Amino acid sequence: MIVHAIFFYLFACVCVASAVMVIAAKNPVHSVLFLILAFVNAAGLFVLMGAEFLAMILIVVYVGAVAVLFLFVVMMLDVDFAQLRHGALQYLPVGILIGGIFLAELLLLIGVWTIGPGIPHAITAPIPPVASVPNTAAIGQVLYTRYVYFFEAAGLVLLVAMVGAIVLTLQHRVRVRRQNIGEQVARDPRTAIELRRVRPGQGLETNP
Amino acid sequence: MTIGLGHYLAVGAILFTLGTLGIFLNRKNIIIILMSIELILLSVNINLVAFSTHLNDIVGQIYALLVLTVAAAEAAIGLAILVAYFRNRGSIAVEDVNLMKG
Repeated sequence: MIVHAIFFYLFACVCVASAVMVIAAKNPVHSVLFLILAFVNAAGLFVLMGAEFLAMILIVVYVGAVAVLFLFVVMMLDVDFAQLRHGALQYLPVGILIGGIFLAELLLLIGVWTIGPGIPHAITAPIPPVASVPNTAAIGQVLYTRYVYFFEAAGLVLLVAMVGAIVLTLQHRVRVRRQNIGEQVARDPRTAIELRRVRPGQGLETNP
Repeated sequence: MTIGLGHYLAVGAILFTLGTLGIFLNRKNIIIILMSIELILLSVNINLVAFSTHLNDIVGQIYALLVLTVAAAEAAIGLAILVAYFRNRGSIAVEDVNLMKG
Protein backbone atom coordinates (compact mmCIF):
# COMPACT_ATOMS: atom_id res chain seq x y z
CA MET A 1 0.00 0.00 0.00
CA ILE A 2 2.87 2.34 0.80
CA VAL A 3 4.45 1.58 -2.57
CA HIS A 4 1.16 2.45 -4.23
CA ALA A 5 1.09 5.80 -2.43
CA ILE A 6 4.72 6.57 -3.29
CA PHE A 7 4.17 5.86 -6.96
CA PHE A 8 0.90 7.81 -6.98
CA TYR A 9 2.59 10.91 -5.60
CA LEU A 10 5.55 10.47 -7.96
CA PHE A 11 3.38 10.22 -11.06
CA ALA A 12 0.95 12.93 -9.92
CA CYS A 13 3.65 15.44 -9.02
CA VAL A 14 5.62 14.93 -12.23
CA CYS A 15 2.39 15.07 -14.26
CA VAL A 16 1.26 18.34 -12.68
CA ALA A 17 4.73 19.89 -12.86
CA SER A 18 5.11 19.05 -16.53
CA ALA A 19 1.59 20.39 -17.20
CA VAL A 20 2.74 23.66 -15.62
CA MET A 21 5.78 23.65 -17.87
CA VAL A 22 3.59 23.02 -20.94
CA ILE A 23 1.86 26.34 -20.48
CA ALA A 24 4.89 28.19 -19.07
CA ALA A 25 7.76 27.15 -21.34
CA LYS A 26 9.12 29.83 -23.64
CA ASN A 27 10.01 27.44 -26.43
CA PRO A 28 7.04 25.51 -27.93
CA VAL A 29 9.30 22.52 -28.62
CA HIS A 30 9.91 22.30 -24.88
CA SER A 31 6.15 22.58 -24.37
CA VAL A 32 5.56 19.57 -26.61
CA LEU A 33 8.24 17.55 -24.83
CA PHE A 34 6.70 18.39 -21.44
CA LEU A 35 3.30 17.40 -22.85
CA ILE A 36 4.81 14.00 -23.69
CA LEU A 37 6.13 13.73 -20.11
CA ALA A 38 2.69 14.62 -18.73
CA PHE A 39 1.05 11.93 -20.86
CA VAL A 40 3.57 9.27 -19.86
CA ASN A 41 2.97 10.04 -16.18
CA ALA A 42 -0.78 9.99 -16.72
CA ALA A 43 -0.32 6.54 -18.24
CA GLY A 44 1.48 5.60 -15.03
CA LEU A 45 -1.54 6.80 -13.06
CA PHE A 46 -3.79 4.66 -15.29
CA VAL A 47 -1.64 1.62 -14.54
CA LEU A 48 -1.93 2.35 -10.82
CA MET A 49 -5.70 2.50 -11.17
CA GLY A 50 -5.78 -0.83 -12.99
CA ALA A 51 -6.57 0.35 -16.52
CA GLU A 52 -3.55 -1.12 -18.29
CA PHE A 53 -5.03 -1.11 -21.78
CA LEU A 54 -5.89 2.58 -21.66
CA ALA A 55 -2.43 3.36 -20.32
CA MET A 56 -0.76 1.64 -23.26
CA ILE A 57 -3.22 3.26 -25.69
CA LEU A 58 -2.41 6.63 -24.15
CA ILE A 59 1.29 6.11 -24.80
CA VAL A 60 0.77 4.75 -28.32
CA VAL A 61 -1.76 7.35 -29.44
CA TYR A 62 -0.50 10.44 -27.67
CA VAL A 63 3.24 10.00 -27.44
CA GLY A 64 3.45 8.09 -30.70
CA ALA A 65 1.07 10.07 -32.86
CA VAL A 66 -0.36 13.29 -31.45
CA ALA A 67 2.75 14.64 -29.75
CA VAL A 68 4.91 13.82 -32.76
CA LEU A 69 2.35 15.62 -34.93
CA PHE A 70 2.61 18.66 -32.67
CA LEU A 71 6.39 18.51 -32.79
CA PHE A 72 6.29 18.24 -36.56
CA VAL A 73 4.04 21.29 -36.93
CA VAL A 74 6.02 23.35 -34.42
CA MET A 75 9.24 22.65 -36.25
CA MET A 76 7.71 23.05 -39.72
CA LEU A 77 6.22 26.49 -39.14
CA ASP A 78 8.76 29.26 -39.12
CA VAL A 79 7.19 31.46 -36.45
CA ASP A 80 8.75 34.04 -34.20
CA PHE A 81 7.49 32.66 -30.92
CA ALA A 82 9.14 35.36 -28.82
CA GLN A 83 6.97 37.94 -30.52
CA LEU A 84 3.88 35.81 -29.85
CA ARG A 85 4.67 35.69 -26.16
CA HIS A 86 4.89 39.44 -25.96
CA GLY A 87 2.20 40.70 -23.61
CA ALA A 88 1.31 37.24 -22.30
CA LEU A 89 2.09 38.22 -18.72
CA GLN A 90 -0.54 40.91 -18.93
CA TYR A 91 -3.23 38.37 -18.01
CA LEU A 92 -1.18 36.52 -15.40
CA PRO A 93 -2.65 38.09 -12.20
CA VAL A 94 -6.29 37.76 -13.18
CA GLY A 95 -5.61 34.33 -14.68
CA ILE A 96 -4.04 33.04 -11.50
CA LEU A 97 -6.87 34.58 -9.47
CA ILE A 98 -9.59 32.92 -11.53
CA GLY A 99 -7.68 29.64 -11.78
CA GLY A 100 -7.06 29.60 -8.04
CA ILE A 101 -10.72 30.20 -7.23
CA PHE A 102 -11.78 27.54 -9.73
CA LEU A 103 -9.32 24.98 -8.37
CA ALA A 104 -10.25 25.73 -4.77
CA GLU A 105 -13.91 25.22 -5.57
CA LEU A 106 -13.23 21.94 -7.34
CA LEU A 107 -11.06 20.61 -4.49
CA LEU A 108 -13.61 21.64 -1.86
CA LEU A 109 -16.27 19.87 -3.90
CA ILE A 110 -14.17 16.70 -4.03
CA GLY A 111 -13.64 16.94 -0.26
CA VAL A 112 -17.28 17.05 0.77
CA TRP A 113 -18.87 15.01 -1.99
CA THR A 114 -19.96 11.37 -1.56
CA ILE A 115 -21.24 8.79 -4.01
CA GLY A 116 -25.01 8.46 -3.95
CA PRO A 117 -26.51 5.29 -2.43
CA GLY A 118 -28.13 4.10 -5.68
CA ILE A 119 -25.00 4.37 -7.82
CA PRO A 120 -23.28 1.07 -6.85
CA HIS A 121 -26.46 -0.82 -7.82
CA ALA A 122 -26.71 0.88 -11.22
CA ILE A 123 -23.54 -0.71 -12.65
CA THR A 124 -24.12 -2.02 -16.15
CA ALA A 125 -20.86 -3.87 -16.93
CA PRO A 126 -18.93 -4.88 -13.81
CA ILE A 127 -15.20 -5.43 -14.18
CA PRO A 128 -14.42 -9.14 -13.84
CA PRO A 129 -11.57 -10.18 -11.49
CA VAL A 130 -8.19 -9.44 -13.06
CA ALA A 131 -6.92 -12.92 -12.24
CA SER A 132 -9.48 -14.55 -14.54
CA VAL A 133 -10.03 -11.89 -17.24
CA PRO A 134 -7.29 -9.35 -18.03
CA ASN A 135 -8.16 -5.71 -18.49
CA THR A 136 -7.74 -5.77 -22.27
CA ALA A 137 -10.00 -8.80 -22.65
CA ALA A 138 -12.60 -7.26 -20.36
CA ILE A 139 -12.69 -4.08 -22.45
CA GLY A 140 -12.90 -6.10 -25.65
CA GLN A 141 -15.76 -8.24 -24.35
CA VAL A 142 -17.85 -5.13 -23.74
CA LEU A 143 -16.58 -2.86 -26.53
CA TYR A 144 -17.12 -5.32 -29.39
CA THR A 145 -20.53 -6.51 -28.26
CA ARG A 146 -22.65 -3.92 -26.54
CA TYR A 147 -20.82 -0.82 -27.70
CA VAL A 148 -19.90 -1.92 -31.22
CA TYR A 149 -21.80 0.97 -32.81
CA PHE A 150 -19.87 3.44 -30.66
CA PHE A 151 -16.68 1.70 -31.75
CA GLU A 152 -17.64 2.12 -35.41
CA ALA A 153 -18.64 5.74 -34.79
CA ALA A 154 -15.16 6.32 -33.35
CA GLY A 155 -13.69 4.87 -36.52
CA LEU A 156 -15.91 7.18 -38.56
CA VAL A 157 -14.69 10.17 -36.54
CA LEU A 158 -11.11 9.21 -37.31
CA LEU A 159 -11.94 8.80 -41.01
CA VAL A 160 -13.57 12.24 -41.14
CA ALA A 161 -10.57 13.74 -39.34
CA MET A 162 -8.17 12.12 -41.80
CA VAL A 163 -10.13 13.31 -44.84
CA GLY A 164 -10.49 16.77 -43.33
CA ALA A 165 -6.79 17.10 -42.57
CA ILE A 166 -5.87 16.03 -46.10
CA VAL A 167 -8.40 18.39 -47.69
CA LEU A 168 -7.19 21.30 -45.56
CA THR A 169 -3.48 20.87 -46.17
CA LEU A 170 -3.33 19.51 -49.73
CA GLN A 171 -2.37 22.22 -52.16
CA HIS A 172 -2.06 22.08 -55.94
CA ARG A 173 0.80 24.18 -57.19
CA VAL A 174 0.05 25.76 -60.55
CA ARG A 175 3.53 25.93 -62.04
CA VAL A 176 4.50 22.36 -61.33
CA ARG A 177 4.20 20.02 -64.33
CA ARG A 178 2.47 16.87 -63.24
CA GLN A 179 2.09 13.46 -64.75
CA ASN A 180 -1.13 13.07 -66.74
CA ILE A 181 -1.77 9.40 -66.30
CA GLY A 182 -4.86 9.25 -68.51
CA GLU A 183 -3.02 10.79 -71.42
CA GLN A 184 -0.11 8.41 -70.97
CA VAL A 185 -2.33 5.35 -70.85
CA ALA A 186 -4.26 6.49 -73.93
CA ARG A 187 -1.13 6.50 -76.13
CA ASP A 188 -0.79 3.69 -78.61
CA PRO A 189 1.97 2.86 -81.15
CA ARG A 190 0.14 4.53 -84.06
CA THR A 191 0.09 7.94 -82.42
CA ALA A 192 3.34 7.62 -80.51
CA ILE A 193 5.70 6.49 -83.29
CA GLU A 194 6.10 8.06 -86.71
CA LEU A 195 8.15 6.31 -89.36
CA ARG A 196 10.02 8.47 -91.88
CA ARG A 197 12.04 7.36 -94.81
CA VAL A 198 15.30 9.30 -94.80
CA ARG A 199 16.92 9.69 -98.22
CA PRO A 200 20.70 9.76 -98.35
CA GLY A 201 22.16 13.25 -98.61
CA GLN A 202 18.89 15.09 -97.94
CA GLY A 203 18.13 14.55 -94.28
CA LEU A 204 14.73 15.19 -92.71
CA GLU A 205 12.57 18.23 -93.29
CA THR A 206 11.54 19.97 -90.14
CA ASN A 207 8.27 19.05 -88.53
CA PRO A 208 5.30 21.12 -89.63
CA MET B 1 -1.89 6.84 3.47
CA THR B 2 -4.34 5.00 1.24
CA ILE B 3 -4.89 6.52 -2.18
CA GLY B 4 -8.57 6.74 -2.97
CA LEU B 5 -10.84 8.17 -5.59
CA GLY B 6 -10.46 11.69 -4.27
CA HIS B 7 -6.72 11.79 -4.93
CA TYR B 8 -7.16 10.94 -8.59
CA LEU B 9 -10.01 13.42 -8.92
CA ALA B 10 -7.76 16.07 -7.38
CA VAL B 11 -5.07 15.37 -10.00
CA GLY B 12 -7.73 15.65 -12.70
CA ALA B 13 -8.99 18.95 -11.26
CA ILE B 14 -5.47 20.41 -11.13
CA LEU B 15 -4.78 19.38 -14.73
CA PHE B 16 -8.10 20.84 -15.88
CA THR B 17 -7.36 24.14 -14.18
CA LEU B 18 -3.88 24.23 -15.72
CA GLY B 19 -5.40 23.60 -19.14
CA THR B 20 -7.88 26.45 -18.84
CA LEU B 21 -5.13 28.69 -17.45
CA GLY B 22 -2.98 27.82 -20.45
CA ILE B 23 -5.71 28.92 -22.85
CA PHE B 24 -6.08 32.08 -20.80
CA LEU B 25 -2.42 33.03 -20.63
CA ASN B 26 -1.20 32.09 -24.10
CA ARG B 27 -3.97 33.72 -26.03
CA LYS B 28 -1.76 34.52 -29.00
CA ASN B 29 -0.08 31.18 -29.49
CA ILE B 30 -2.55 28.70 -30.94
CA ILE B 31 -0.16 25.75 -30.61
CA ILE B 32 -0.11 26.18 -26.82
CA ILE B 33 -3.90 26.52 -26.89
CA LEU B 34 -4.21 23.18 -28.68
CA MET B 35 -1.86 21.58 -26.16
CA SER B 36 -3.95 23.01 -23.32
CA ILE B 37 -7.04 21.40 -24.86
CA GLU B 38 -5.15 18.11 -24.88
CA LEU B 39 -4.40 18.60 -21.17
CA ILE B 40 -8.09 19.23 -20.45
CA LEU B 41 -9.10 16.07 -22.30
CA LEU B 42 -6.43 14.13 -20.40
CA SER B 43 -7.89 15.32 -17.11
CA VAL B 44 -11.33 14.20 -18.27
CA ASN B 45 -9.88 10.79 -19.06
CA ILE B 46 -8.28 10.55 -15.63
CA ASN B 47 -11.64 11.30 -14.04
CA LEU B 48 -13.43 8.72 -16.20
CA VAL B 49 -10.91 5.97 -15.46
CA ALA B 50 -10.87 6.83 -11.74
CA PHE B 51 -14.64 6.50 -11.51
CA SER B 52 -14.58 3.36 -13.66
CA THR B 53 -12.14 1.53 -11.42
CA HIS B 54 -13.61 2.88 -8.20
CA LEU B 55 -17.20 1.92 -9.05
CA ASN B 56 -16.05 -1.34 -10.71
CA ASP B 57 -17.80 -0.53 -13.99
CA ILE B 58 -15.86 -0.91 -17.22
CA VAL B 59 -18.09 1.40 -19.29
CA GLY B 60 -16.09 4.37 -18.03
CA GLN B 61 -12.95 3.01 -19.67
CA ILE B 62 -14.80 2.54 -22.95
CA TYR B 63 -16.00 6.11 -22.78
CA ALA B 64 -12.42 7.21 -22.07
CA LEU B 65 -11.39 5.35 -25.23
CA LEU B 66 -13.94 7.34 -27.24
CA VAL B 67 -12.73 10.60 -25.69
CA LEU B 68 -9.19 9.62 -26.69
CA THR B 69 -10.34 9.10 -30.29
CA VAL B 70 -12.05 12.46 -30.42
CA ALA B 71 -8.98 14.14 -28.90
CA ALA B 72 -6.73 12.66 -31.57
CA ALA B 73 -9.10 13.74 -34.35
CA GLU B 74 -9.36 17.22 -32.87
CA ALA B 75 -5.58 17.57 -32.71
CA ALA B 76 -5.20 16.48 -36.33
CA ILE B 77 -7.89 18.87 -37.61
CA GLY B 78 -6.65 21.73 -35.44
CA LEU B 79 -3.09 21.40 -36.65
CA ALA B 80 -4.29 21.14 -40.27
CA ILE B 81 -6.26 24.38 -39.87
CA LEU B 82 -3.18 25.92 -38.29
CA VAL B 83 -0.98 24.93 -41.23
CA ALA B 84 -3.53 26.23 -43.75
CA TYR B 85 -3.81 29.51 -41.84
CA PHE B 86 -0.04 29.87 -41.64
CA ARG B 87 0.19 29.41 -45.40
CA ASN B 88 -2.32 32.20 -45.93
CA ARG B 89 -1.06 34.69 -43.39
CA GLY B 90 2.56 33.83 -42.63
CA SER B 91 1.82 34.00 -38.90
CA ILE B 92 -0.18 32.08 -36.32
CA ALA B 93 -1.42 35.01 -34.24
CA VAL B 94 -4.95 34.16 -33.15
CA GLU B 95 -6.00 37.77 -32.89
CA ASP B 96 -5.85 38.25 -36.64
CA VAL B 97 -8.14 35.32 -37.44
CA ASN B 98 -11.15 37.60 -37.67
CA LEU B 99 -9.53 39.26 -40.66
CA MET B 100 -10.28 36.07 -42.57
CA LYS B 101 -14.03 36.56 -42.62
CA GLY B 102 -15.46 37.69 -45.89
